[in-house]
Amino acid sequence: MEFFLQLLINGVSLGFLYALSALGFVMIFKSSSVLNLAHGELLAIGAFLFLLLSAWAGLPIVVAFVLTLVGTFSLGFVVERLFLRPLIGENLIEVIMMTLGLGIMFKGLLLFIFGGDIHSYPRFLPESLTLQLGNVQIPSVNVAAFIVGILFLIVFGFFFKYSNQGIYMRSVADNQPAALSLGVHVRRVFALSWAIAFLVAAMSGIVLGIINGINVHELSAIGLKVFPVVILGGLDSIGGAILGGVIIGLLETFTGGYISTSLREVVPYIALVIILMVKPYGLFGLVEIERV
Amino acid sequence: MENHIRLLINNISVVYSDVIQVLKGVSLSVRKGQIVSLLGSNGAGKTTTLKAISGLLKPENGKVTEGSIEYDGKPVQNSSPEEITRMGIIQVLEGRQEFKYLTVEENLKVGTATRWGKPYQQDLKMVYDYFPALLARRKSLAGYCSGGELQMMVIGRGLMAHPKLLLLDEPSLGLAPLLVKEIFQIIRRINQEQGTTLMVVEQNANMALQIAHYGYVMENGKIVLESPAEELRDNPDVKEFYLGTAASGALKSYKDVKSYKRRKRWL
Ligand SMILES: Nc1ncnc2c1ncn2[C@@H]1O[C@H](COP(=O)(O)OP(=O)(O)OP(=O)(O)O)[C@@H](O)[C@H]1O
Ligand SMILES: [Mg+2]
Repeated sequence: MEFFLQLLINGVSLGFLYALSALGFVMIFKSSSVLNLAHGELLAIGAFLFLLLSAWAGLPIVVAFVLTLVGTFSLGFVVERLFLRPLIGENLIEVIMMTLGLGIMFKGLLLFIFGGDIHSYPRFLPESLTLQLGNVQIPSVNVAAFIVGILFLIVFGFFFKYSNQGIYMRSVADNQPAALSLGVHVRRVFALSWAIAFLVAAMSGIVLGIINGINVHELSAIGLKVFPVVILGGLDSIGGAILGGVIIGLLETFTGGYISTSLREVVPYIALVIILMVKPYGLFGLVEIERV
Repeated sequence: MENHIRLLINNISVVYSDVIQVLKGVSLSVRKGQIVSLLGSNGAGKTTTLKAISGLLKPENGKVTEGSIEYDGKPVQNSSPEEITRMGIIQVLEGRQEFKYLTVEENLKVGTATRWGKPYQQDLKMVYDYFPALLARRKSLAGYCSGGELQMMVIGRGLMAHPKLLLLDEPSLGLAPLLVKEIFQIIRRINQEQGTTLMVVEQNANMALQIAHYGYVMENGKIVLESPAEELRDNPDVKEFYLGTAASGALKSYKDVKSYKRRKRWL
């Protein structure tokens, strides 16, 4: 029973991190129909930037964290401006190939700078973050995962629902010609969605880095789990991303706990294959997935 | 005289995808504070004319290849929609084009994109005053609204931008006659009360000519007829082919239609 609860907690907290990273992927897809194949590398970039600032530059954790937020957000704008904007109006497939190229380039760059080893952050999570629920102990990193996941999902939920900029972003996703006719700056919306994608991916990358250690290959592979998450949860809402994320997180921890650890990494993709065979447009997703 | 002109289109040609020529030397002008209606049958090039003005040709790979479009004296042909909307030209697209997953009020808020950050409560109130039906629906998703509500919503959405020139593309499309009448009355009120200059593209010539000051008729990418609206209403050709009230009352044969077209060519 304790083991079960432990897996449950691990699965759900992992799920929130997946959901957070999926949010960035979904935003780019919804505003510009681009499948960002570099998504995994965005997690790695965030995690390594934080490593650079906290461990290597020795900045206080809070400062390093805020700088990572600002840095990844700005990097999103730069990457969009340099690599994606020149392709606006080209065939979608060319843009998607561009993201593939970018991903491999980012990965190469990270490997060049940081090497292929597993790095780790200085221990900074306070022990007081550890929660004791009856016989079950929730490690501080899981608590941190919950906090980061829920906090950012709520912040962006409010942003999309209530802020004008968020409403403009949704209008572009909904009906681009109509948004253009009202003067919505569509290119700015594309840029903003890349910036937000970099930022949320960085957040989940950092926490995953605390859990698993920071490794280029591993983080970019985790980032790819965004595909099973969005196929499960649909591309429509933050709620869908959370649902998809949590289900994939649970599938992983329970497979790892009860069946075999070697199956753990594969099971999200087994789920993806089965879902696509049974329901080609995803389990909770709507027709939008059709455009994939 | 010159400064009474809001929009001056001088002999423009529009080409899509570098090869498909749709407009062939269109000229027209719109005076400040007036309603001008642009009539014509399917495929005449009415929508293309509006898109040439609003900059929305670009995303469709269309281009003004000749001639000029002046708005308040400034050339605007082939400018981007971001620039043109910020100068005060807003096009309300044909076929309503709502944001399905946004509520009615959120749809209206998108209309403030050209003046992001400025207050808009007053404008919301104005739109709900013109279209009280929207007030009751403000929290519903646009995807679940009726055609009439949507037409009101997209006109209101355009108004939220404080347009100086509002381009309406077939506001009567697919609406019941009574509702068409109501919407045209509101369009007239907007013109009178807000001083908004309007260009209204219509197939429903009857309605359009009732509220317009001036009218143009378009065929095959050319303007074939223009005059003050009341004269256009009395024009026998317009009566016959757009108002459906030919003197004889009988259906005309295709041959007559052809002769009409021939006649128009030297008009
Ligand atoms: N993006 C495009 N690419 C190529 N041709 C186009 C494009 N858009 C319109 N056309 C062509 O231009 C011509 C005029 O179209 P337009 O939409 O301007 O007509 P319209 O007068 O608005 O007609 P309707 O009353 O049916 O809306 C048509 O023959 C149409 O096929
Ligand atoms: Mg049209």
